[in-house]
Amino acid sequence: MSLLSVRDLSISFGGVKAVDNVSFDVEPGEVFTIVGPNGAGKSTIFNLISRIYDPSSGSISFDGQDITRSRADEIAPLGIARTFQNIELFEHSTVMHNLLVGQHSRRTTSWLSDALFLPATRREEHNMREKAEQVIDFLDLQPYRDKLIAGLPYGVRKVVEIARGLASDPRLLLLDEPASGLSVEETQDMAFWIEDMQKDLGITILMVEHDMSLVNQVSDRVLALADGRSLAFGTAEEVQSHPDVIAAYLGVEEDA
Amino acid sequence: MRIHFKTGYGQDIRLFEDSREAVQNALLILAAVSAPWWLDEYMLGEVTYVLIWILAGLGLMILAGHTGQPSLGHGAFLACGAYMEVILLEAGVPFVLSLPLAGLFAGVVGAVVAIPALRMSGIYLAIATLAFGIMTEDIIILLTPWTGGIEGVFTPTISLLGIEIDRYGDPDRFYWLCLFVVILITVGYKNILRSPTGRAFTAIRDSEVSARAMGVNVARMKTLAFGLSCFVTGLAGALLAHYLTAFNYEAFLILISIQLLLMVTVGGLGSIHGAYYGAIVIGLLPVVIATLRQEISDFLGAGNSSVPGMETAIFAVIIVAFIIYEPLGIYGRWTKIRIWLELFPLARKDMFRRQKSYLKTERMK
Ligand SMILES: Nc1ncnc2c1ncn2[C@@H]1O[C@H](COP(=O)(O)OP(=O)(O)OP(=O)(O)O)[C@@H](O)[C@H]1O
Ligand SMILES: [Mg+2]
Repeated sequence: MSLLSVRDLSISFGGVKAVDNVSFDVEPGEVFTIVGPNGAGKSTIFNLISRIYDPSSGSISFDGQDITRSRADEIAPLGIARTFQNIELFEHSTVMHNLLVGQHSRRTTSWLSDALFLPATRREEHNMREKAEQVIDFLDLQPYRDKLIAGLPYGVRKVVEIARGLASDPRLLLLDEPASGLSVEETQDMAFWIEDMQKDLGITILMVEHDMSLVNQVSDRVLALADGRSLAFGTAEEVQSHPDVIAAYLGVEEDA
Repeated sequence: MRIHFKTGYGQDIRLFEDSREAVQNALLILAAVSAPWWLDEYMLGEVTYVLIWILAGLGLMILAGHTGQPSLGHGAFLACGAYMEVILLEAGVPFVLSLPLAGLFAGVVGAVVAIPALRMSGIYLAIATLAFGIMTEDIIILLTPWTGGIEGVFTPTISLLGIEIDRYGDPDRFYWLCLFVVILITVGYKNILRSPTGRAFTAIRDSEVSARAMGVNVARMKTLAFGLSCFVTGLAGALLAHYLTAFNYEAFLILISIQLLLMVTVGGLGSIHGAYYGAIVIGLLPVVIATLRQEISDFLGAGNSSVPGMETAIFAVIIVAFIIYEPLGIYGRWTKIRIWLELFPLARKDMFRRQKSYLKTERMK
């Protein structure tokens, strides 16, 4: 059974069909990539899955459970974590603090227990910090552990955002353009981390990415979108050589 | 710069960062507890008043400073606590119960007010809460049978487990009572900040979309923040009732709400210290201005005649200056001075990049 299943999903913004009847299935353990020109609707699909937007039609199910009408905060506890295209970290907090918030969906204590700092809260804090340290080690974030996000370089923030997602122990990780704005070396590191997350941690990854070298390197399957509609589907090579995809990219270049 | 070598997770969870901080706090508490022996009665009264303001400020800080929800109507919750305290004491409820119940009442009102407020943020929330603050006087007058309306009410004397605590008769005891409540709430506040609840609050402040994606139930957490915030401010209101001994609706004019928000802003939004510094400055500033008024009048060449509106003007200038030059408040300024001293002579000018202030208006993802 596929882990994430998207069926005939559509949404429009003021008459513009941002996502138009899109269907796909993400299988457990794979890296599934969505490509497409700017404005194709890729981030909108992510926002639909994380329930920030309500679809006008279609359905989304995760691990056999229908989440089309779930609240946004009910998604993380199911085991879906995400990053944002424009980095949405908690700016005034440290890296560690961000990783701890990342684990919010696993919290078990009440606010009263927190206010009194009862043993249950103390134990939970201990466990959360242990988990955060593991993620920090995994992504080599030790030098930034106690640094405020506001002062970190762009490339590091990208990694911290992934770390925050990993801290929740997700089964599915949504990465919105993980390599955008990164240098060639940083992009290469990102490719290794994505492979590590897939192979060592067994996390399924749904990714949006423009950098074709990264797409080719890590993707198991690729879906190409343009103007909200799916154009082609298959391996990275198949999709890139598909005439419609080439036309869509060329069309965009001609417009520009 | 102090460097901490971390050797265990417990170290990060501790109430105080290091033993130096613990010692500092212990000395501070010692000084505060012994204040009645080295302060005269007038100053002790002023300090007690500042303590009550600190408590009210701590309440607002939870909401405005840590959850990023500005409230311009917190005077209303001060009123809830104050009137409920009087009503409960008159009904024969003992003080040990009436104080927490008065706070609880304000907290519940706050949580209910939060429901329509959930859909608002930034400037819209500020205006809605402002409206609530303005309505407070009218509501108090409408509820005359319980609040005494224009005539006002007298606060019964506290009898705590058989010990009489009269604000004028036993100023020392009343001061200790206020100090005890402030310390208790501060510890609870610190606990919240170092645990998931507090982190969820700051997450909502910094990025609501992100907080949602992490599984934070934003509506529930905001309601909780409102509730806790109003509970603490309500406690301050109950103590204020005893401090004033007799009061009417005029104690809760909209100016009080505005002053409260100014206090936490000047003190430093987003830090517990900020509530303390803000209350000390706003609480003691009028006293300082009054003492210096002759000098200031001379300086302005006004001779012996006082300059009308001078206090208010000085007040306003200080506040505007803070908001322009130090959006992180007194606490932010102090942190920078401390780091500069610790690093001397290595500090660089560009080390403190201008930071955005915490209160944001509209924010899209
Ligand atoms: N909240 C919104 N309100 C109005 N229109 C929106 C909204 N979100 C997305 N859109 C529109 O939907 C379309 C798809 O946007 P989306 O952000 O999904 O593109 P994308 O494929 O992620 O592009 P990019 O590669 O630039 O990130 C665009 O035309 C965009 O303007
Ligand atoms: Mg996008």
